[in-house]
Formats: sequence, structure tokens, C-alpha cells
Amino acid sequence: MSYIAKPKVAHPQLPKNDLGFTVRDYEGAMSTLCAGCGHDSITSAIIQAAFEQSIPPHRLAKMSGIGCSSKTPAYFASASHGINTVHGRMPAVATGANAANPDLYYVGVSGDGDSLSIGLGQFLHAVRRNLNMVYVLENNGVYGLTKGQFSASADLGSKAKKGETNQQPPIDPVQTLVSLGATFVARSFSGDKEQLVPLIRAALAHRGFAFIDVISPCVTFNDHEGSTKSYTFTRKHAHVAMYADYVAPAKEIRAEYAAGAAMPVTLHDGSRIVLRKADGAYDPTDQAAAFSYLTKATAAGEIPTGLLYLKTGRPDMHELANTPDVPLATMAWEKVCPGSATLGKIQDRFR
Amino acid sequence: MTSSSPGVGLPPTDIRNPDYFHKVVDCQWACPAHTDVPGYIRLIAQGRYTDAYLLNRKSNVFPGILGRVCDRPCEPACRRGRVEEKPVAICRLKRVAADHADESYRDQLPKPATKNGKRVALVGAGPASLTVANDLLPLGYDVTIFEALDVPGGLMRSNIPSFRLPAEVLDREIGDIVGMGAHLRLGHRIESMKALLGEGYDAIFVGTGAPKGKELKLAGRDDDPAHVHIGIAWLESVAFGHIEKIGEKVLIIGVGNTAMDCCRTSLRLGAKDVKVMARKPRQFFKASPWELEDAEEERVEIVINRAPRAFVTEGGRLKGMLFDVMEYEVDARGRITAERVTGEQFYPADDVILAIGQENAFPWIERDLGLEFDKWEVPVVDPATFQSTRPGVFFGGDAAFGPKNIIWSVEHGHQAAISIHRHCQGEDLRDRLPDGQNLQTSKMGMHEWAYSNNYDPAERRLMPHVSLKERFQKLDVEVELGFTAEQAAAEVERCLNCDVQTVFAAKLCIECDACIDICPVDCLTITRNGTEDDLRTRLTAPADNRTQALFVSEALPQTGRVMVKDEDLCVHCGLCAERCPTAAWDMQKFTLHHPHAIDHAPAPAAPRRFGT
Ligand SMILES: Cc1cc2nc3c(=O)[nH]c(=O)nc-3n(C[C@H](O)[C@H](O)[C@H](O)COP(=O)(O)OP(=O)(O)OC[C@H]3O[C@@H](n4cnc5c(N)ncnc54)[C@H](O)[C@@H]3O)c2cc1C
Ligand SMILES: Cc1ncc(C[n+]2csc(CCOP(=O)(O)OP(=O)(O)O)c2C)c(N)n1
Ligand code: SF4
Ligand code: SF4
Ligand code: SF4
Ligand SMILES: [Mg+2]
Repeated sequence: MSYIAKPKVAHPQLPKNDLGFTVRDYEGAMSTLCAGCGHDSITSAIIQAAFEQSIPPHRLAKMSGIGCSSKTPAYFASASHGINTVHGRMPAVATGANAANPDLYYVGVSGDGDSLSIGLGQFLHAVRRNLNMVYVLENNGVYGLTKGQFSASADLGSKAKKGETNQQPPIDPVQTLVSLGATFVARSFSGDKEQLVPLIRAALAHRGFAFIDVISPCVTFNDHEGSTKSYTFTRKHAHVAMYADYVAPAKEIRAEYAAGAAMPVTLHDGSRIVLRKADGAYDPTDQAAAFSYLTKATAAGEIPTGLLYLKTGRPDMHELANTPDVPLATMAWEKVCPGSATLGKIQDRFR
Repeated sequence: MTSSSPGVGLPPTDIRNPDYFHKVVDCQWACPAHTDVPGYIRLIAQGRYTDAYLLNRKSNVFPGILGRVCDRPCEPACRRGRVEEKPVAICRLKRVAADHADESYRDQLPKPATKNGKRVALVGAGPASLTVANDLLPLGYDVTIFEALDVPGGLMRSNIPSFRLPAEVLDREIGDIVGMGAHLRLGHRIESMKALLGEGYDAIFVGTGAPKGKELKLAGRDDDPAHVHIGIAWLESVAFGHIEKIGEKVLIIGVGNTAMDCCRTSLRLGAKDVKVMARKPRQFFKASPWELEDAEEERVEIVINRAPRAFVTEGGRLKGMLFDVMEYEVDARGRITAERVTGEQFYPADDVILAIGQENAFPWIERDLGLEFDKWEVPVVDPATFQSTRPGVFFGGDAAFGPKNIIWSVEHGHQAAISIHRHCQGEDLRDRLPDGQNLQTSKMGMHEWAYSNNYDPAERRLMPHVSLKERFQKLDVEVELGFTAEQAAAEVERCLNCDVQTVFAAKLCIECDACIDICPVDCLTITRNGTEDDLRTRLTAPADNRTQALFVSEALPQTGRVMVKDEDLCVHCGLCAERCPTAAWDMQKFTLHHPHAIDHAPAPAAPRRFGT
């Protein structure tokens, strides 16, 4: 908490994006999180990515649950839509919002407690229906907001601030999602914006459920010795398995990529993600290879990062359900509500 | 993870060198006397006008005078002018301190000490000599000031018009110095340096200014000399009541600050149509923008691209002047690459005033005294000690290196006083105390600082002026009214407190990026080290202002990268320190110790310090 808000004064030569906005136009209210919280860094990465993607702020819809992480949508893109839902229930509300208006960029921000403890069921079903959204999981291994209890992502043997050891195995959201066949699965670290910003840009461009697990140290309850989600531990063990560079639609792919080791994947809007393997990695479009790599690397104590699994071309929720691809609010009233006679006919089909 | 090879790069910035943080305080660095600007502005904000006055006086000696007429190199330097359009009204805030200081400030002036038996002669009673007197009297020196005119003050009295600088202000601040026990010999022109040397003074200081106005030798110059005036001599005659009238149509030749005083003075002596004739376009004018503004507000016309060719007289009476109409080619960097005469034009005039510059003149210094002059007849003076080639004879102010301004004269005076003191004590002049610094945390609580850290978006306050009608009624109606209490209260909040420095402790940083994310002006970056050219391309925001330093930390513990701060636009909001979980950033108040003669004196004359 600070007593003053971030002043509006800005660097006079800040670059502008295609819409004529500077990065400052994507900011939100002043954060009330603890100074140094990883979540604030992720907020700043989201701001940077939305700016670089030239997304009109009013076309963003910010979705969240409950937790320190879930508070953060208030701290970016003030000029956008948003809802702070019930603990662990953001995926359901996001599904409803998306069903009604597929035209917005949905950015969900959740915590490890919100998504992996109370909200695990909701979360995995949103993955199954390939809901078209970016889902950022700000993973600190604890329930920050309720003062630091172990969450479902706490590692075996990880120590709490007061010394007790976590006895239950963690739910690894990345492995879980690869095993489910999610279409975009990434991991990054709040302290590495060079990696995180392009990942968020790619996630925004991806059609379908784009998931980024971001290790985000809780400076207050989980940044001590013995923690496996601290700044020091993460820096020591994070290991880039797959580099992902985002290439905007009109841009040429650099020659060095074309040479071989890199793998350009074209997204539905014409932008591309260029994947580059780190030493001995796997084909990130091969689900079995990815799963095997991730389980082995994780067992060996590494924290694999990067765009770890990518599947383009799978139908999203709207395509699966054959629902209209325009916002309901823009459709003629008779179409949205065709009247009781039509309802009767539909009901007859199920008699 | 970002790669973190230590590799080649800049060494960590040495913040123990006082120059580093001093440069961050742009105004203080630009001020020749290094006045603690943010310090006195905070005192004004607290209503402590007397303390603000004394803090000013310690460096610039004449806060009331300078608060009105200083050349204010601090303002173009002010950081506020880089983050938005207009700098803080530093100069006029100085006047606020002077206007509101309590008379009791006199009790806190340095007291003359018991005499030390050393006698010093100062030639001329301008700001340079007066500063020397101010610094030496408290050390026990017996100081005699010789002044040719009947009043002290130098050009401040004889040339700066009273509608800009009232006589009472001069009287008060000069009186404070003379009142410390100087012997002031008015109407006493020194005619021979040799004779003066013969009087057995332990040291002599020459503060005689640059008294010679430049001539314009053109056809017809001497045909009607009564109507062609040399600017500085004419202003002096006006100041002392020898000239009380001028013709209706006046041409001023030259467009420096003297020209501005000449045109505005003409309007007060009856001129109706005053034109300032400039040889070049506006961007090449020497006059300060605010002096131009003030003249134009009084409806003086400034005519550009007119080069004087001849004075035109008829029957021995001046009729006007003939000018070449000029055209210039200017390159991308704003320099003139070619000039052409495209025609000629006649401008009628009853009087012409030449305001094209001043020169030094030392007809009274014999050339066989071991006191060297260069080929331009300027004395050879050491720029650090202000000593001439004859030990014991010192120069300062306009007499030393040609015409500058009051605040430079003051700083010359301070430095010369140190030299005179060391000379009289038989010490090495070059062995001077270096500048020093003190850093003290401003932290008062979790998110509380000992200064007003929030950025106030208020715009610069406008100085209220006396109406045009009123101001022309008498020569000495002061045009500027001074800030009102409300204006002063708003203006002080525009100061960014650049002396409250961001001090970084690399070993505490956990590289969480909180400071980088919060910084409103994107000053901060954590990156791998590199050369300055390379680093400047890799910072969070463009860092093209090379006059402003980059701070580079030691290698950070976790990744070996470095914290880099571009000092250019920091608004000293303290948010980096507020958002840092480990207090790796702290906001620390920087106090410069810029030594004066008193600091070179042995105890008990302890250095004067005024807290902020
Ligand atoms: C028209 C005009 C306007 C100016 N406006 C400003 C302004 O707004 N702000 C600013 O900062 N500066 C201004 N200046 C410049 C400023 O006045 C000078 O730079 C400053 O006064 C120089 O101080 P000094 O002590 O070196 O000498 P001076 O002020 O020139 O004083 C020298 C004194 O020595 C005396 N003297 C000379 N020879 C002898 C001798 N042989 N024996 C005894 N006495 C002698 C002279 O009579 C004079 O009183 C202006 C100058 C002019 C001409
Ligand atoms: C239904 C319900 N159960 C419990 C809570 C209490 N609660 C609030 S936040 C939170 C955990 C948040 O943890 P996480 O999602 O990891 O967020 P963090 O604060 O760590 O970012 C809990 C259990 C609640 N608000 N609602
Ligand atoms: S408690 Fe932890 S997660 Fe919550 S704001 Fe503080 S540091 Fe961040
Ligand atoms: S004080 Fe810190 S946060 Fe504020 S402008 Fe300066 S560097 Fe940025
Ligand atoms: S906020 Fe503090 S700990 Fe975090 S990066 Fe900045 S200086 Fe380092
Ligand atoms: Mg959590």
C-alpha cells in the first residue's frame, strides 16, 4: 500500500502503439498488494502485452475469482470490462460472458488456491470446452490473501514461513493441462518479463484456452529459505525448455528462424509463434512427448518454462456448440428470443 | 531466465563523489554559486521565510536582488521543464523568501570577528567585491572598498533599471555587508594600481567590472553625437538623473539584455515608438526569453534580419538609420550556413541607442607590475584561484573574464575570498577544501517521507504585473508585484525535490521488478551490464539525453545483472522506495557542502549550516 497513487506524469517520449496509446493508457488503479509481490510484476507484463498488441482497452474483459492474484485486474486496463467473481468460480462466469459476447478478449487472472484448490473442477472444465480466453495463474504456492496457508500447488517438502513442511503432493497445472489436451500451455516467472510478455501476446492471439502458469513469489508468506516458490529458488531452478517468440501478422520472420532449429506456428489471425527448443527438448506440438518431458524434468527438480505445448486448429467452445459468433447484444431481438412457439418446437424435439 | 553474463560493462557508479548527486539537482548544479534551491523552496513551503532567506544568502549573498534580476541559469536547467513545459519559478520564489523574511534575519548573519591584523583593498563596489567583503569580514579582515561612483552596487545600481530592481532592495542587502564593518570609500576612483600597491595592503581584489560599452563605427556615427547613445553609459545617466527625456522614435541596436533595459527605459522617458533592431532571427537572440517577453508586453517592436549600415542625418540632426535586409540559411542543427543581403530599408529615429556589448578596460593598471594582460588586454587570471600573475592581486566578476552576470560575480567573489584568506595566512591557494556531501534518509514511516513526494500537476504560476498605464508614470515603479501567498503556495509544490536522492543498495535487491513497474517516468531497468552506448539502447524508456547520467549498480546478487537508472526524468516521487520490499531503494536528502572562506578558517568559526 502506498499513500500516493502513481502520478500521471509520464516520460515525454513514450512509444505509441497502432491505436496511438502509450503503455500508460493500459494502467489501472494503484496496487494494494504487498510491495514486491510477484503478482504486481505480472500485472505490469499484462499491461505491456495489451499495449504491444494494440488491443483497444474497451475490448478487454478481465475475469477473476478471489485472492491477492484475483484482485489484480483492478490494477490494469481501467478502461475495460471486468468482474471479480466468487472464489474458484471465475471459469463459469467467464464461460457465460464469452457465450454472450465472443467478440472480447477475455483475460482471466487467478491464483493457485482459486484454480487448483477450491476451483479445480471449474478450471478443468473450462479447459475441456476450450473456452477462448487467456488464463493467467499467479502461482505462489500459498493462499496469500488468507495469510499464507499451503495451497494445492505447494511442493512436497516445501516449508511454510513458520517452519511446517508440506506433506501432500502438488497439483502441477502444466502437466495436468497437457494431459487434458489443452491447446496452449505455458509457464513463466514473474521476474522474467522478457519471457512473459511475448507469451501473453501469443496467448492473446491464440484462439482457444491459452493457459500461462506464472510462478509469482509471495514476498510476505512464501519467499523464505525452504520455500520452493521464492525468488531465489525459482531463479535457481527455472529452465527454459521452449523459447517462444511472438511475431505480429505483418512482420517478416527473421532469417535465423527460417534456418532450422526454429518452428514457426501460424495462428488464426496470421500472427506466428516461433518455437525454439532448448537443448534436448521435445516437439512442443506432440502431446505425449511434451508430457513425458515435463514429468521427467519436474522429477529431476527443474522448473521447465516457456511455451510447453501448443495445438492450433482445435474448435473452441463456440465452434463446438455451433453458437452464433456475434455478440448476442447485437443480434435482432426476434433471433435472440424467438418466442414461445419456437420454444415449444424445441421442447417437442426432446419429448 | 535472462542471461546474466557479467561481461564488459560500466563500473558501479561512485555515489560517494559529491558531483554525482549534485548533478541530479540540476538547478543547484547550474547555479554558479550552487544555491540549495530545493532546500529553500521546502522552507518557503513550510512558511519559514527567514530560514529560506538565510539559506539563500549563504550561497548567493543577495536573495532580494537576485530574486528579481538574476539571470537564472537554474531555470532552463530545472528538471520540471523536461517532464512538462515550464520550469519551477525558482527565481521568483527567492524573492518570496526575501519579501517575507523577518527583520530578525540580521541577528543570524555572521558576526565580524576580532580583527586579525590583515588589510585587504577591494576596487569597485559591485557584487563581486561586496561578496569578498561579506566572506572576509567575519574572519577578522580589515576591508576597504574603493568605489568611483557616489553609491555602491556597481551595474546593479547604475545599469539595472529601478523598475526591475528598486533602490531599497539594493540598499538593504548592500547595507547588511557594509554594516559588518567594511570601510566604504565612495567617489574614490583608483587611478593607479602602482600607487595602491604602495599602500601596503596584504591583498588587493579588482572588481571593477567591464565598464566600456562597444561602439558602432558606421558612416554618420559622429554627425549628431547627442542623439546616438552608448547603452550602458546612457542607462547610468538615467539612473543618476542626468538624462530625463528621449525622443519619440527610438531605435535600439542589438538584442541582448542591455537592449531590453534600454528599450523599456526609453518608454518611461517619453518615447512612443521603440524598435529593437536585430541582425538575426529570433532563435539567435542573446536576451533571455523572459526579458523579451517583458519588453514585448510593453509593446516594444522587435525587428529581425536588419543589419545596421549607416546613420542618416540632415543638417546635423539625426533622422534615422539605414539597414541591410538580411536573409539566412540555417542547417538542421540550427546553425547559419549562409547569409545574403536582399535589400535595404530606412527606419526613422530621433535617438539611437547602441546596445551591442561591453568590454573590460584597465587604463589604471600599469603594465610593468608583473601583472600580465593577454592580447585582448584582458588580465591573465587563474580560473580556480582568481589570482593574477602577481601574487596577492586577485580579479573577479566581470573584470576577470569579461561580462557575465551577478550570480557569477558572487561565486567569483566567494572563490577569491578563499584565495585571499589562504594568501594572507601564507597557505597554498590551490590546496582548497573539496566539495563534500551529506546523505540522510527521508524515511519517516512506512510510506511517509520528510518531503512532499507526490507529483503536483499544477502549472507554473504567472507573475502579476503593474498595469501598463501605471508603470509608465514614473521611472521607478517596480513592474513585478511578487507572488501572492496563494501563488507561492502552489508554485513551491511544483518543485520535484531533486535533492532527495534515490540511493540504491544492490545487495538487498531481490529483482522483483516492483520499482521498475511503478516508476511513473520509466527511469529504471534491470539488465545485463554493458557500455553506456549499449545500455542506453536497452533501457525501459528512451534515454537520449546524454547530459544526464546513468546510475549503474554493483552486480545484483541473484542474477548478476545491474540496476540502471536514467537520472534524466526522475520526479523523486519515492515510489520506487515505497514499493521495494527490501528497502534496497531509499530516498535520502543530499546536502552539498560547497566550502567558502569561513570553512577554511580555523575554529571557532564553524561552518554555517541551515537545516532544511
Ligand atoms: C544594462 C545591464 C543590465 C544587466 N542586467 C542584469 C540582470 O538582470 N541580471 C544579472 O545577473 N546581471 C545583469 N547585468 C550584468 C551585471 O550587472 C554584471 O555582470 C555585474 O554587475 C558585474 O559585477 P562586478 O562586481 O563584476 O562589477 P560591476 O557591477 O560592474 O561593478 C564595478 C564597480 O566598480 C567601479 N569601478 C570601476 N573602476 C573603478 C576604479 N578604477 N576605482 C574604483 N571603482 C571603480 C564601478 O563604478 C562599479 O561600481 C546587467 C548588465 C547591464 C549592463
Ligand atoms: C468460498 C470461499 N472460501 C474461502 C475463502 C477464503 N479465501 C479467500 S482468498 C483464499 C485463497 C486465495 O489463494 P490464491 O488463489 O492462491 O490467491 P493468492 O492470494 O495466493 O494470490 C481463500 C481460501 C473465500 N473467500 N471464499
Ligand atoms: S500476501 Fe503474498 S500474495 Fe498477497 S499481496 Fe502480499 S505478497 Fe502478494
Ligand atoms: S523516485 Fe523512483 S519511482 Fe519516482 S521517478 Fe524517481 S526513480 Fe522513478
Ligand atoms: S523493488 Fe527493490 S527488490 Fe524489487 S527490484 Fe526494485 S530494488 Fe530490487
Ligand atoms: Mg496463491
